[in-house]
Amino acid sequence: MPQLEQISTYASQIFWLVVVFAVLLGVMLKVALPRVQGILEERRKRIDDDLARAAALRDEAGGVLRAYEQAQADARAEARRLLREQQEAAAAEAAARHAALGERLAGDTAAAEARIAEARREALAGIEAAAGEVAQAMTARLIGVEVDAAEAAAAAGTGRAGA
Amino acid sequence: MAGDAHGPLEQFRIKELVDIPVAGVQLDITNSTVWMVVAAAGVIAVMVGGTRKRALVPGRLQSIAELSYEFIAGMVRDTVGDEGRRYFPLIFTLFMFILFGNLAGMIPYSFTFTSHIAVTFAMAAVVFVGVTVLGFVKHGFHFFSFFVPPGVSVFMWPLLIPIEIISYLSRPISLSVRLFANMLAGHTLLKVFAGFVPALGVAGILPLAFVSALTGLEIVIAFLQAYVFAILTCLYINDALHLH
Repeated sequence: MPQLEQISTYASQIFWLVVVFAVLLGVMLKVALPRVQGILEERRKRIDDDLARAAALRDEAGGVLRAYEQAQADARAEARRLLREQQEAAAAEAAARHAALGERLAGDTAAAEARIAEARREALAGIEAAAGEVAQAMTARLIGVEVDAAEAAAAAGTGRAGA
Repeated sequence: MAGDAHGPLEQFRIKELVDIPVAGVQLDITNSTVWMVVAAAGVIAVMVGGTRKRALVPGRLQSIAELSYEFIAGMVRDTVGDEGRRYFPLIFTLFMFILFGNLAGMIPYSFTFTSHIAVTFAMAAVVFVGVTVLGFVKHGFHFFSFFVPPGVSVFMWPLLIPIEIISYLSRPISLSVRLFANMLAGHTLLKVFAGFVPALGVAGILPLAFVSALTGLEIVIAFLQAYVFAILTCLYINDALHLH
């Protein structure tokens, strides 16, 4: 086979191998490998930066969310407090109005009772006077005796008291 | 065997293109030289041309460049560790040069310079000598302890130490012959079966199908042998650095 027969070409093969390999190694060493390394590092840095920024944004969003939830909780508590105050105020006013109404009704009742008592007293007095007059007129008609009004009234009053 | 102009081994013949005699030694430019330059140019095209834009989102060529870089960097890191960083450019260049040489050899009518023992042995010898020098620089005469298997009784030493030394010395041979023989056998087989295609007429479809499949296999082997060469170099460097 040529590999073992063309021994005279060994020098040329090895010489050019060394030359070509040396040039290739030089280009890789000076240009290609640093450049690829740079590209890979740049990308890793970029990705790390993006991740860091994403984490910062996430933290910020978390803060905003917490603030929002806090505000919501505050608002809810405030609403509850206002509601309770309103309820208490309404209850107090209702109680006050109820009391006032009760007072007024009690006053009206007392006044009415007083008026009734007055009217009854007046009516009773009227009946006594009328009874005296009736007694006077009856005595004059029946027995022809003129009784004075005071006596008649007293007699009617006694009769009424006796009855 | 060499006389047959269309034999399966004829493809390995070195053809002189430019006659360059230097002090009685022929340093001719040959078809082998041309394909070495083609392989090196291919590597430079991918690694330098492909990364010219330094894109954040890589294109096809830049992806190949980055993948190659990370593949070999990972291999060096896994086999040698952080100290291997210094040898990364050499291993990377070795891998890419052999890979592109093997792949360029798959082009019809091209020449596979890695199918020549002179080339593969020269590379293996550089690796072997380099690794041995590295071992001595790093460990001095303590490097000889590498030939003493650890945890073995002293009585076994006379048997095992020669074996270890022979095994060490055969490294450049196995490293070079593995690559050379794989390329030689693959290309010869392809040529032999390709020769059956016109010879069999219509039935030639069968060897044609076989050659097609074999071409795929050869491309895998082209990659695999470059990988094997590179990873064995890594392992040898690791041995020299860490002994056992």
